[in-house]
Amino acid sequence: MSIIEVNNLTKYYGKARGIVNVSFNVDEGEIFGFVGPNGAGKSTTIRLLLSLIFPSGGEAKIFGKDCIKYGPELRQEIGYLPSEVFYYERMKVIDLLKYSASFYKKDCTKRMVELSELMELDLNRRIDDLSYGNKKKVGIVQGLLHQPKLILLDEPTSGLDPLMQRKFFNLIKEENKRGVTVFFSSHILGEVQKLCNRVAIIKEGSIIDIQDIEKLQKDTYKKVRILGSEVDEKRFEIEGVSKLEKNNGAVNFFFKGDINQITRIISEQRITDLTIEEPTLEEIFMHYYE
Amino acid sequence: MNIYKQEFKMHFKSMVIWSLSIACLIFVYLAIYPSFAKDAELLNRVLSSFPKEFLIAFGMTDVDLSNIVGFYGLVFLFVQICLSIQAANYGFSLVSIEETELTADFLLAKPVRRTQILTSKLLAAITCLTITNIVVWISSFVFLNTYSGGKAIETKPIILLLLSIVIFQAFFFSVGMLISLLVKRIRSVTPYSMALAFGMYVLNAFGGMIGKETLEIISPFKHFEPNYIIKHSGYNFPMAWISVSAILISVVGSYVLYSKRNIRSAV
Repeated sequence: MSIIEVNNLTKYYGKARGIVNVSFNVDEGEIFGFVGPNGAGKSTTIRLLLSLIFPSGGEAKIFGKDCIKYGPELRQEIGYLPSEVFYYERMKVIDLLKYSASFYKKDCTKRMVELSELMELDLNRRIDDLSYGNKKKVGIVQGLLHQPKLILLDEPTSGLDPLMQRKFFNLIKEENKRGVTVFFSSHILGEVQKLCNRVAIIKEGSIIDIQDIEKLQKDTYKKVRILGSEVDEKRFEIEGVSKLEKNNGAVNFFFKGDINQITRIISEQRITDLTIEEPTLEEIFMHYYE
Repeated sequence: MNIYKQEFKMHFKSMVIWSLSIACLIFVYLAIYPSFAKDAELLNRVLSSFPKEFLIAFGMTDVDLSNIVGFYGLVFLFVQICLSIQAANYGFSLVSIEETELTADFLLAKPVRRTQILTSKLLAAITCLTITNIVVWISSFVFLNTYSGGKAIETKPIILLLLSIVIFQAFFFSVGMLISLLVKRIRSVTPYSMALAFGMYVLNAFGGMIGKETLEIISPFKHFEPNYIIKHSGYNFPMAWISVSAILISVVGSYVLYSKRNIRSAV
């Protein structure tokens, strides 16, 4: 079953483009990455799903129901973490979390305490005394305390230190294991790579590709790096090689095709070191960004 | 109910300050009344020698200073100005404060309908305005009795004045709310509420000076002019209905606009 179905969703802010004819599906239990540079329309899409803004055209469904008409009902089961978190400054953390919990039908106290302990959140401080990273933690706890079935994350990791980022990712993974679907928007491909099953690339308001992450990395390019002062890089100018470059005695390139061709050429040469690895998503998608 | 409580808490401090300030204002003005009650005849004569335009501008036409009720009409004008600023403040900030402080994302991502949010906020603000209203009632009667110098007070005009507060507050509150939803973004509430409150006051004051009933008919300061109410012991009826209609239109308009509003993102 599709948890999110988006059909030709379009949003214009006056004349300014938000997104144009965006369509995709997110399946149950998936961690779906949504990647694109700043201003591509990632936040617009998420805000449309939450009916914080209303579309100029097209429709979006969550759990099979129209997300405007059934908005309040659907949001019982949605957790949302915005990229920038802002809360009532004069409130204490605990009061904000309790306020947040009061909107949901179930009792959230236990989960609230668990999450706060996990994120090392001091519940008795005032929101306006918190650092940016700590506010972000409040955001994480308030977004997850009602154990939602769908989590929408809008560039969630900015402001978190690496340690907290890892904890956060583990938390998301655990939630996912319990069957929770995650929609994860980010402009950092490394994050998406670590976490997601599938990824959609959005650029200038339109989706340009939706891919399986594993497949993407396995079926496509290999990244080859050869060290050795006598290596003749011209031998590698064969079909399937791209971005060939030599600097400081190292030859780097990407290769797509039969790997034996490459090992054969390498074996002819005198080298000091060799690495062949999967390229990062960043390297695969660089051409989308350019 | 949770939104109502939260909103009430956020308004509480401001409501207490407004209520106490207005009570103080009533106290200070009425406390000086006995000292010139003796010379009331003289004062009335002095007033009548002032140019008419001047008297109109300060709401002092038809003022009878020889009794405390007439004097209270003058004080009530200042009370009205304060009440209008307070109500306009609440109206303008009701929804817009969530957007300037960027908490709208938090609230609207919760499982509640927008109409429900607006209703809760509305009720919380009305509660606060009503408390201020009650404080005005109590302090008016307490200080009128204290400083009337033992003379009996004609209560009907006083009650009529005090009853008009509800509509008066509702006008500035609802019109403020509607305007806040018509504009794209309100960065600071005070300039808007000051402009609305004093704008309406000035409209009535200058309209009266020019002498023709033109623009001032949209001003609640005209609809509920204290001296008119005291002199006629009744409301200026076709006028009062203008306030009531403006309130109805603003409230309905606000609900329509808010349910369709696009909430701007923080970045």
